[in-house]
Amino acid sequence: MTSGFGATSMLTPLIIGDVLGALDSIGVPVGQLLQMADSIAFIILAAIGLTVIFGMMGVINLAHGEFIMMGAYITTLSVNVLAVPLPVAMILGALGTAAFGAIVERTIVRRLYGRLLDSMIVTFGLGLILTQGTRIIFGNSLQSIGTPFGNVPGYTYSAYRVLLLLAAVAVLGGAYLVFTRTEFGIKARATIQDAETARSMGVDTDRMYTVTFAIGSGLAGLTGALYAPSATIVPGMGQSFLVESFVTVVTGGSTVLLGTTLAGGVLGTIDAIFSNLYGNFIGQIALLITAIIVIRLLPDGLTGLAHTVRDKLGERQ
Amino acid sequence: MIDAGLPPRLERIGNKLNGPNTLGNSRAFWLAFAVGMVVMAAYPLIRGSYAAGQFSLFLAYGLLALSLSLIWGYTGILSFGQVAFFGIAGYTYAIVSLNLGGPLGQTVALPVAVAAATLSAFVLGYFMFYGGVQDVYVAILTLVVTLVLETFMAQTAGSEWSIGTVALGGFNGIPGIRNFALGVEGASLTLSGSGFYWFVLGVLLLAYLGARVLVNSKYGYALVAIREDAERTAMLGYNVKKVKLAVFTLSGALAGFGGVLYATWGNYMDPSVFSLVFATIPIVWVTLGGRESLLGAIVGTIIIERLRLWFSVNASEFAIVFVGVILMTTVLLLPRGILPGIRDTYVFFSEHGVREGLERGRVTVQTRIRTLLQSVGVDVSEPETPPSSEVVRE
Repeated sequence: MTSGFGATSMLTPLIIGDVLGALDSIGVPVGQLLQMADSIAFIILAAIGLTVIFGMMGVINLAHGEFIMMGAYITTLSVNVLAVPLPVAMILGALGTAAFGAIVERTIVRRLYGRLLDSMIVTFGLGLILTQGTRIIFGNSLQSIGTPFGNVPGYTYSAYRVLLLLAAVAVLGGAYLVFTRTEFGIKARATIQDAETARSMGVDTDRMYTVTFAIGSGLAGLTGALYAPSATIVPGMGQSFLVESFVTVVTGGSTVLLGTTLAGGVLGTIDAIFSNLYGNFIGQIALLITAIIVIRLLPDGLTGLAHTVRDKLGERQ
Repeated sequence: MIDAGLPPRLERIGNKLNGPNTLGNSRAFWLAFAVGMVVMAAYPLIRGSYAAGQFSLFLAYGLLALSLSLIWGYTGILSFGQVAFFGIAGYTYAIVSLNLGGPLGQTVALPVAVAAATLSAFVLGYFMFYGGVQDVYVAILTLVVTLVLETFMAQTAGSEWSIGTVALGGFNGIPGIRNFALGVEGASLTLSGSGFYWFVLGVLLLAYLGARVLVNSKYGYALVAIREDAERTAMLGYNVKKVKLAVFTLSGALAGFGGVLYATWGNYMDPSVFSLVFATIPIVWVTLGGRESLLGAIVGTIIIERLRLWFSVNASEFAIVFVGVILMTTVLLLPRGILPGIRDTYVFFSEHGVREGLERGRVTVQTRIRTLLQSVGVDVSEPETPPSSEVVRE
C-alpha cells in the first residue's frame, strides 16, 4: 500500500483507485484489465521507436533495445547523480537518445539507405558496442530510482504501471499529431513516399531523414525513461524489449501508427492472457506463434487487414 | 577453368567445382588451396595435439559460417537462426547420446541430431517462405525464434525438464557429453585432439567442396538469381519458395552438423548458443571474410575466432566491443569482405599497373574521407573537384 509519499503523489493513485473501485463494483474484471493494460502499454512503448523508424524509413534499427537502455541510463543517472526531478530526467533521457540517434543517422545509417540488410547488421554492431561499452563504463548495474506513486489502493498493482498505459496512448497520439498535422510531418511523409519529388518541391530530404530517425530514437529513449523507475537498470536491459518490439513490427505491417496500435492491442491481450496463465516464456511463445500466424494469413500484417476492410466498406457504400 | 593437361576425369570434377559463383577458379588458386590444406593437415604435427584440439572448434564453426554464406551470401536471405539449428542439433546430440550411452548411442545420435536441425529448419522455413515472409522479416523472425529458444532453454533448470535420464539443466546446460565417437561397442573409434581435428578438417573440406559444386551448378545459378531479383526469377519459371526452402533446410543441416561437433568438442551444451551475441557472431565471420565467398566465410571465422580467443585471455571485457567494431567497419568500408576485397585489389592493380593504381587509390581514399568529414559537419574546402573514381570491379 502507499505510504511515505507526498500528498501530491498520493493523489493520482487515489483517483485511479476510486475509478477502478467504481468499475469493480459494477462487475468489471478490473484485475485482468489492469494486467492487460500493462501488457498493451509495454508492447506499444517497446515497439514505437522501432516502428517509426522502420515504417517511415524502411530501416530496421537493431540497436533499438540499446537505445531504450540508453534512455533508461540517462534518466537514472540524471536522478542519481544530478538529482534532478524524475520528469525532467525522463525528458533528458528522451532528448539525449534523440540526439544520439541524429548522430548515428548522420554518420552511419545515411550511407546504407538502399542496403537494408547491411543497415541491420551495422546497427546490430552498434548495439553490441553500446551494451558492452555501458558495462565497461558504468559497471554491471545502476542503483534503481524506485517506482513512484506506490500501489493502486485496494490492488497489488503499481499505480505507475497504470500511468504507463496513459503514456502509451499519449505517445501514440503525439506521434499521430506530429506526422499528420505538422508541416514537418507532411514533409517527412512526402520524403518517404517519393524522395525525388519531395526534393524538387524544396524539401530538405536529408534533414527529414535525420529528424525522423532522431524522433524514432527519442521515442525509444522515452520508453527507456518511462520504464527506468520500475526496471532493473542493467546494460543488457534493452534485450527484454526486443522480442516484443520485433514481433509488433512483423504483426503490425507497414502503416506505422495504425499497425502499432492494432498489434499492440492484439498482442498485448494475448501476452496478458498467456503470461498470466502459464508464465512469461509461454507468453513470448504465444506472441511468436501469433506473429507467424498473422504473417501466414495476412502478408501485409494487421494494417493490410485494416485496409482491406476499409476498401470493402467503401465498395458497399 | 582448369587448364588442359589434366586427366579427363579430374577435369570433369574441376569443371563442377569451378564457375562464376566462386572466387578462385584458376590453377594458381587450386595450387595455393592445396598448399593451404597440406599446412592445415600438418598443423597438429607442428603445434601438438592440444593446440589442434583448440583449433578444431574454429573448423566446426566453419561449418556454421558455410551454412550462413549459402543462405545469406548466395541466396540473399539473412538468417539469424543458424545458431538455433546449431544449438538444436547440439542439444539433440547430447540428449540422445547420453540416453543411449556407448559409442553406438553416439553413432545413432549424430544422424538424429542433424535430422532434428534439418527438420526445424524445414518447418520454420516452410512457415516463412510459404507464408510470404521476406527480406527483413525473415531476419527478424529467425532472430526472435533464436531468442525465444534461449529463454526456453534457460528456464529448464527444474527436474521436470528431463528427457529420459538427461536433465536439460537450465542455464548450466548439459555437461558430460562424450568425445566424438563412431562405431559399435568393442569396435569403435573415439576422436579427440589431433584425430578430432583431422576429422573436422575433412568434414569441412567436403562441405566446402560440396557447396562449391552446388553454387556452380544450375541450382546455384537459381540461388544467385533469387538473391539478385526474386520476382524476376519467379517470372522465369523458377519455384522461388521451393528453392528458398530447400537451401534454408540444407543450411540448417550444415549448421546442425557444426552443432554436433561443437557439443562433442566442449563436452557440454548450454543456452548461450542461442544468445543474442552468439547469434551475431556467424554474421560477423561471414561479413568479414566475404559473404559471397564460401572460402571467405571460413577464413573470416578463423580470423575472428583467433582474435576473440586473444581478447578473452587478455582483455575479455573488450571482446564484444571489438566484434561490434569489426562488424561496423567491415560493412561500411569493405562491404564485400576481405577475400573479395583482395581479389578486387588484385584485379584493379593488374588492370591499371601499380603506379596509376596507387594514384587512383589515393584519390579514392581522399574523396571518401572528405565525404565522411562532411557528413559529420566538418567543412572541408575542396581546392578542385577530384576526378570521381570507384574501385573497378571485375
